[in-house]
Order: sequence, then C-alpha cells, then structure tokens
Amino acid sequence: MYSITNTRIVVAGNGMVGYKFCEKLLSRKKNDQVFQITVFGEEPREAYDRVHLSEFFAGKSADDLSLASKEWYQENGIKLLLSDPVVDIDREQKCVRSHHGHVVYYDYLILATGSGAFVPSIPGVEKDGVFVYRTIEDLEMIRSHAARAKKGAVLGGGLLGLEAAKALLDLGLQEAHVVEFASRLMPRQIDEAGSRTLKNQLESLGLQIHLGKSTQEITGGDCLEGMQFTDGSLLVVDMLVISAGIRPRDELAKIAGLETHPRGGIIVNNQLQTSDPAIFAIGECALAHHMIYGLIAPGYEMAEVVATRIAGGEKEFLPYDMSTKLKLIGTDVASFGDPFIEEPACKTIRFENKAKGIYKRVNISEDGKTLLGGILVGDASQYNMLLQTFKNKTILPPDPEDLILGSRGGEEAGAGVMGFPDDALICSCEAVTKGMLCHEIGENGHHTVDALKKCCKAGTGCGGCVPMVKDIIAGVMKQKGVYVRNVVCEHFNYTRQELLDLVKMAGLKTYGTVLDEFGHGDGCEVCKPLVASVLASLWNESILQKDRAPIQDSNDRYLANIQKGGTYSVVPRIPGGEITPEKLIVIGQVAYKYGLYTKITGGQRIDMFGAHLGDLPSIWEELIEAGFESGHAYGKSLRTVKSCVGSTWCRFGVQDSVSFAIEVEDRYKGLRSPHKLKSAVSGCIRECAEAQSKDFGIIATEKGWNLYVCGNGGSKPQHAQLLATDVDKEMCIRLIDRFLMFYIKTADPLARTATWLNKMEGGMSYLRAVIVEDSLGIAADLERDIQQLIDVYQCEWKEVVRNPELRKRFTHFVNTPEKDPSVTFDTMREQKKAKEWV
Amino acid sequence: MYSQDNTATKLTWHKACHVNDIPEDGGGCALINGKQIAIFNFSRRGEWFATDNQCPHRQQMAVSRGMIGSHEGEPKVACPFHKKTFSLQTGKCLNDDNYAINTFPVMVEENLIYIGIGK
Ligand code: SRM
Ligand SMILES: Cc1cc2nc3c(=O)[nH]c(=O)nc-3n(C[C@H](O)[C@H](O)[C@H](O)COP(=O)(O)OP(=O)(O)OC[C@H]3O[C@@H](n4cnc5c(N)ncnc54)[C@H](O)[C@@H]3O)c2cc1C
Ligand code: SF4
Ligand code: FES
Repeated sequence: MYSITNTRIVVAGNGMVGYKFCEKLLSRKKNDQVFQITVFGEEPREAYDRVHLSEFFAGKSADDLSLASKEWYQENGIKLLLSDPVVDIDREQKCVRSHHGHVVYYDYLILATGSGAFVPSIPGVEKDGVFVYRTIEDLEMIRSHAARAKKGAVLGGGLLGLEAAKALLDLGLQEAHVVEFASRLMPRQIDEAGSRTLKNQLESLGLQIHLGKSTQEITGGDCLEGMQFTDGSLLVVDMLVISAGIRPRDELAKIAGLETHPRGGIIVNNQLQTSDPAIFAIGECALAHHMIYGLIAPGYEMAEVVATRIAGGEKEFLPYDMSTKLKLIGTDVASFGDPFIEEPACKTIRFENKAKGIYKRVNISEDGKTLLGGILVGDASQYNMLLQTFKNKTILPPDPEDLILGSRGGEEAGAGVMGFPDDALICSCEAVTKGMLCHEIGENGHHTVDALKKCCKAGTGCGGCVPMVKDIIAGVMKQKGVYVRNVVCEHFNYTRQELLDLVKMAGLKTYGTVLDEFGHGDGCEVCKPLVASVLASLWNESILQKDRAPIQDSNDRYLANIQKGGTYSVVPRIPGGEITPEKLIVIGQVAYKYGLYTKITGGQRIDMFGAHLGDLPSIWEELIEAGFESGHAYGKSLRTVKSCVGSTWCRFGVQDSVSFAIEVEDRYKGLRSPHKLKSAVSGCIRECAEAQSKDFGIIATEKGWNLYVCGNGGSKPQHAQLLATDVDKEMCIRLIDRFLMFYIKTADPLARTATWLNKMEGGMSYLRAVIVEDSLGIAADLERDIQQLIDVYQCEWKEVVRNPELRKRFTHFVNTPEKDPSVTFDTMREQKKAKEWV
Repeated sequence: MYSQDNTATKLTWHKACHVNDIPEDGGGCALINGKQIAIFNFSRRGEWFATDNQCPHRQQMAVSRGMIGSHEGEPKVACPFHKKTFSLQTGKCLNDDNYAINTFPVMVEENLIYIGIGK
C-alpha cells in the first residue's frame, strides 16, 4: 500500500535555530512524507547569523550575514511571513494567530522564539543613547549613535559584553568602558587569576574595566549623560550598551498556558516537548535539563532532535557541554568542562606568564588520568585539542603539564587529532564527528575543506574547527598512504614548489607556455597570479610584458592598489623612511595637483589615495622625474625596510641603522616572492624599528648585527627568531640572500615567512642548518640565484611611463579618454575620502 | 536577472572598439550609450564575451579589470575587489548564489567589436 502523510508544521521564530530546524527537517524528510511548513518571524528579514553579528561593524552587510535567501524558502515550499510575530496559540483548535491576522493550523508547533537582552530595572534605562545588542537593527542604531558619541560603556563583563565593548572601540569611540557587577570578568567562565590576566590584556587594547560596580542610576535628561554607581562614583558617558544577560522569550508560551520557569524559559522534556505534546520549544527560549543554553551549538542540536523525531526517528536531547571560546576581542579566552573545580577534588596545574599576558589552568582528575576542565587566557591555541581530550576522556600523557606548556622534549604531546575516537565531536555547531569526517574523506573522496563544507556542513558554523578538519584530511590521506600535495588548482596538478622547479628547468617565460606544457584548460584567478609570481621569482622580467599583464592580480596589473570606488593609491619608495625636504615637496605638489588624499603609512612612507586609473602614468612620470621609484605596495614583493634613526643622531645608537636599512631596501626592492616581505633595522637593543616583527629584522650590537627571521604582524602576530649573532654587514647580507631565496623557492603560495617556518619540519633548527651551516650544500646556488634577480631589477613604473604601448593600457574606457564617471568622493577633515559601499 | 537570449528581445548592435584595444586573454571597458560594458578577449578559447562592468556585490565598476579563466570548462571572470566570479556565458555568480550580472552577445566584423544590446 502506498500512502503519503501530510504534516502541517508551524515554526514561531525565524532566528538561527528556527531556520536550522527547517533545514534539518527537509534533509530528514523521507520520500513518502510531505511537510507543509509555515514560518513566522518577528524580525523584518530572513534568518541571519547572530553569532557573527559584530562583523556587521567590520563591514559585513545584512546580506553577508544572511543564512538563507527568500528563494531558498520558496524553493523548499516553506511559507515565510516576516515582520509578523505569532501573538496567540489556540491549543484546542491547534492553530496560531499572527500579528497581521494570519491563522494557520498545525499538527506540530515549534517555538523557536529565542531570547531578548535582559535589561535590569535601573532608573534611567529608557533614556536615549541606551542600547541592547541582539539584532541587526540594534547594531544599526548603535552605529549611527556612535558616530556622534565620544565615550561609551557596556553594562556587563560577560562573553557578549566584552564583544560589544570591543565593537565600541572599533567604532572609533575615544573611550570604551566595561562595567561589571561581579568581582571578575566573564564570571561564568573564568577564575580570578584568569580575569586578572584578561583585564590587563583588554586594558592594553584600550578598554577600561570597572569591576565590582553596581549601577544605581543612569543619569541625564532625555539622553543619558552618565552612570551613577552605589559606591558614589560617577562615569560620564554618552552611550551605553546593556549586556547583562539574556531573557528567554516565553511570553507566547505563557499566554498559551504552557509550563514556564519562574526565572524564564519554556520547560521541555528530553524530547523537547513542552507541557503540550504537540508543541516543541528549541533554542534559547527552551529550558532543558534545568537550564537555558545560550549558545548556538546546543540550539542546533535541539533543532536536530525535533527534526529527527518529526521525521519518525529517535533522538533525545542530552545535557550539552557549555565550553566556549570568545571570539573577536583581540585576545584569546576559552574555558571548557568544569573550569572552577578545586583541589582536593582534582589536581590543578596553572601556568602564568605576566609579560606575555598568558594564563592557563587545567584541572585533572585525582588519579591523573583524565582532564576535567580548564581555562585559557591570552593563548587558546590548544583549545580544540584540550576540549576533545576532555570530551572523549582521553587518557592523559604521563606529564600532563605538557598539555598547556607544549612538550619541551621535541615530541608532540598526546596523539593529535588522529588519536581521538571516531565519535569525537569535531564540528559542534553541525554535530559532525571525527568518524563522519574520516568517512567522507576516505570513502567518498571529499578531500578539501570546501568539499567537506558542502557534503556534511562541517566548519560552516563558527568555523573554529577548520584547523582540525584540515589536520584530519591530512591524517586520513596519510593513513591511506597518499602523500597530500597542496596542488595549485584544477588547471595545474602540481604544488607551487614543483611548478617552480619545472618552469625553471624548461626555461619558460610566459603563462601560455607554462599552461601548455604543464597544465590544462584555460587557467583561473588562482593559478594565473601564482604562475606570475613564479615567473617573476625566476626571471624578474617586467611583469607587464609578453602575455604576463592579464595574469597579474589586479593590483600588480595596474601597478597600484585598487581602492573602494575603483580608484588607486600611489606609494613611492622611500628607502629606510629617509627623505629629503625637496622630495617631500614633490610629493605634496603631486598630491595637490591630482587631488589625492595623503597619509603617512605604517611602513614609514607616504600613500596618496584616490588616483584615477588614467592619471597613474602622469603621476608617476612626475614622481620619477624627481627621483622616486615604485614602492611595490601592490606586489607580493619587498615592501619597506623600516629604520630607527640610529647612531647618527641617537644617544644610544651603536650602529648606523638608517644607512644599513637603505642598503637592504635597495638590494631587495622589486624582488617577487610568495607573499610580501617586510624588514627593519634597529640601531640598538631598544629596538625602535620593531625589527623582531618582520620577515627579516636586523638589530645592531656592539660587535655587529643580530639577524632575526620569520616574524609577522597581521592577525596572528609572531616574533621573529634569532638566526645569527654579531655578524658583520657582509655576512648579514649573505645570510639574508640565502634565506630569501630559500623561502621563494619552497614556500606555499601566499604563505608569509612565519607561516612557512611554522609548517617546516624541523622548524628553526632545520632552517638554521640550511641557511647558516649550509647542511644541504645549496648556499652558493641560493646566493647566485638571488644575485641574478637583483642584477636585472628595473623600476616597473619607469618602464610604463616610457613605453607608449604599456601606457595606453592605463585608461578606464577603451573607446573614450573619459574618466570613470561613477567615481565620486566624500570629504573628511579637509581631504577627500572614498564613498561608502552602497 | 541575466540573459543572453538574443532571440527573445530585439537587439541593436553597437560598435565598441577595435579588437586590438582589448588585450589577449584580458578585458577592457567600453562606454556605450552611457552604459559601461566589460569586454573580454578570451583568445585562448578564441571567444569574445561581454558583461556588465558593474559588479553587483559592492557596485564597483571594475569587472573589466578582473582576471578571466574557467571552472570545469565554464568561462568566468573574477571581480578584482573580492573575487566573486561570474560565468561569462550565463552571468551567474559561481561562488555566491545571491549575485548575477548581465551578459551581452559580441560580434566581430573586420576587426571591430560590436555589442548587442536589447531594447
Ligand atoms: C597603507 C597601509 C596602512 C596605513 O595606512 O598605514 C596598509 C595598507 C594595506 N594593507 Fe597592510 N598596510 C600597511 C602596513 C601594514 C603593516 C605594518 C608594517 O608594515 O609595519 C602590517 C603588519 C606587519 C606585517 O605585514 O607583518 C600590515 C599587514 C597587512 C596584512 C596582514 C599580513 C599577514 O601576514 O597577515 C594584509 C593582508 C595581506 O597582505 O594579505 C595587509 C594588506 C593591506 C592592503 C594591501 C589591503 C588590500 O589588499 O587592499 C592595504 C592596501 C591599502 C592601499 O591601497 O594602499 N596588510 N600592513 C600600510 C602600508 C605600509 C607601506 O608603506 O607599505
Ligand atoms: C552579539 C552576539 C554574539 C553571540 N556570539 C555567540 C558565540 O560566539 N557563540 C555562541 O554559541 N553563541 C553566540 N551567541 C548566541 C546565539 O546567537 C544564540 O544562541 C542563537 O542565536 C539562538 O538562536 P535562537 O533561534 O534560539 O534565537 P534567535 O536567534 O534570537 O531567534 C529567535 C527569533 O524569534 C523571533 N521571535 C520572537 N518571538 C516571536 C514570535 N512570537 N513570533 C515570531 N517570531 C518571534 C525573534 O525576533 C528572533 O528573530 C551570540 C549572540 C549575540 C547576540
Ligand atoms: S589598511 Fe590594513 S588594517 Fe587597515 S583596513 Fe586596510 S588592510 Fe585592514
Ligand atoms: S565588488 Fe565585486 S566582488 Fe565585491
């Protein structure tokens, strides 16, 4: 017999969990099932990623955060009613009524109404300038108010409060304060010592932290002017974000007579049923196992449980782990398991490095065998590993302190991610286990993170598990005896290093010949710039000649950095940051003539922004006339060699750092590499040029120079490491020659020197052996190869300015000399600025 | 909305430029009736393509400055700003379902490029 069951489902709430429920239900649906789904959402837009809400301030649009488009709902037959909350439930008739008067009948009703910000009843909370932090609309209001505000505060020093406070800083407020009632930050996640470390770290980021403060009143007229505390002190602010916790949205459940908790939350059983078995509650409105789970992973798990049950399967919601890692704040914080358990119930190992702002604590079972919980502040790189060790009750190594200190004997502590059992949860947002991943990789041939994201959604939530997913891919492939090659793209089945060797041996100099010889298809935006970089690193011929112009990344192709709005920036080289008054005047004149915005860069030179494509050649003609050269700010090549003033003026200087910096910059300018290269030279140990944050940095000593390599700023800063001590200038240059050429030849595309070193087997001792001791016997080759590149250097702008054919390419239109009429500017502090994205 | 269906709508052919104005395996932008059109000389495949010059992602006028290539045989262009890539055949964005650009038919006659634009 063939029968089709038609089930009517109403979902109240189109937040993250409500949406996930729909998605899961569709995927669990069997062929003979028909679900007629109606979703009511109170907010005006389709479901979006609330977890990454703060990225709205970092330039993400509502669209970027969106989890599903209108079309998705349509294609899946889901009726979506937005700006239309459910206002009543008739449990007898089994129907809901919405604000706009829609009445819809259900077989199952899913309450996914989430929670709202908890706003304590402090006098004055209703004033203008007081906000909560929950929806895109909240953030839009905060942004527009912040543009006029100077001093902001956040009430609440928990996970969300700190995120909001960082957002205030990023919005450009002069002061951002965090006011917390408890005596420590993140009281639910970290201990006193952790809070102290975190407080120091946050203060160094520019936040001001007030602990143990109870707010009596929010002062001011219509608009707030300050916060009055019970201890008599006053904090003057012109905006306040309240982040004092969440309040489950159980009002609808209450109206319908469902059982709710006196402190908020719709009470559900292990199947997530409310006191009415036809009504389920999931996400932040549901109180399961006596608690509200204010995190996304348990919310998604709840969606999974209800979707599975409605589709006829069996699943229960079990107590869920609440481990968390704080994101976005500029310093790492994480806690897992039971962070607070004290001796004698456990053994606690603590590690603190005040200078570096690191605090770590792990709690270990009395018998020393398993991990019970812990706290990481300042460095949470071991979080995923520790979390898995805790969740899977993995037996600890004999020296459990290795867990947080890293093993100091050379061997890695623990067996790594491949040592986890198959049911270890790797992606907790999407509930993907290690076993599932291994299956997808090993049996179904999904060998890339992208492929895994598609087939099992791992890594699509908060993204925190992606590094582990990569390790598992490598692990499975290794087990299968497959050597994982990081091949370029679908057009080239080689790694960058292999391709470089092949191109060199074959002596190829154009993209077309490389593609014909070693690739297939037409190429793409991944392999073209990669081959461009390889060709430049091998031969250093003009990047715009032969067929090489259209394979360059857009910035290289126009020898300038493209800006918002489609104009370009111009950065002439100013070696070592030293410049004559005459040249300064020329920069001023050029900027004035072409109406450019000028700014001193972080690299000790001057950037001129807002140049029309068609003006670039004339601008450069004038600069070159005055003796300037390209600064290669657009290329994966040497940027700046910063200097401090050194012994020529400074009373502490022991060597002439400016002269050496200029010499180094002139030597390596124009050198193309897998990623950009930065350097600096300091005149003494005080290190004013910040050489230890550079790809290669030089610091003067009484006896010569110390050479450091593989430092990095950027989002994962890393200090450079000492390669050689007290060497003379000549030796220093030779070591840099070898180092750079070795990097150019062996690094993956777009890997900075720090990343390259981190992946290198044998690490710094291996690198030192190759570069200083010449253990591979290649030092002479490296020196010769780099000298060849240096010998053929030419300023590429000079070439363009003098070559009418090349010059012709710098126009916006091919059929008229007009400039792009869509380019317009705003003004700010008497200079122009790019128009905001629309 | 995208379409390359030149039968459904009536096309007018507009002269854009000389073939030499567009670099091999690269693009250029022509101003046609006040509209910016990106033209691509996909010489490796011996094909010409034309699309909107404006990228729908952040409304930037720069598609013609993007790099061309193919994905599993489908010709595409990558916007230089944030690397959204668009099929040169259908205009569909290949790495983000939320976007698409218009494509236009191209005719080459006596080394001149003509773009067909619907009424
Ligand atoms: C102009 C400048 C900011 C400023 O106004 O001061 C700047 C501007 C840009 N930086 Fe930077 N960075 C500038 C100094 C820095 C510094 C500081 C320094 O060099 O001392 C750093 C950290 C040091 C480091 O690199 O290790 C820095 C780390 C980055 C990174 C992160 C690199 C990393 O390894 O993680 C990127 C992204 C990238 O390259 O992939 C980046 C990328 C960019 C880009 C190219 C983004 C882009 O693709 O459009 C910006 C180009 C703007 C333009 O069109 O001119 N910029 N950038 C600085 C130019 C220095 C110069 O004279 O050349
Ligand atoms: C800034 C911020 C950062 C966060 N960071 C993290 C993090 O790093 N990690 C983490 O795990 N979690 C984080 N969270 C928490 C996470 O976002 C929530 O756990 C998750 O959004 C809960 O999903 P939900 O669907 O239950 O509720 P919501 O996403 O709040 O969705 C509920 C929806 O229902 C609507 N609604 C309410 N009543 C009705 C009604 N009667 N009818 C119709 N619709 C109704 C609401 O308007 C809302 O749109 C963060 C939250 C915020 C605000
Ligand atoms: S200049 Fe650098 S840090 Fe500043 S916005 Fe651009 S890339 Fe980011
Ligand atoms: S503007 Fe084209 S990808 Fe963003």
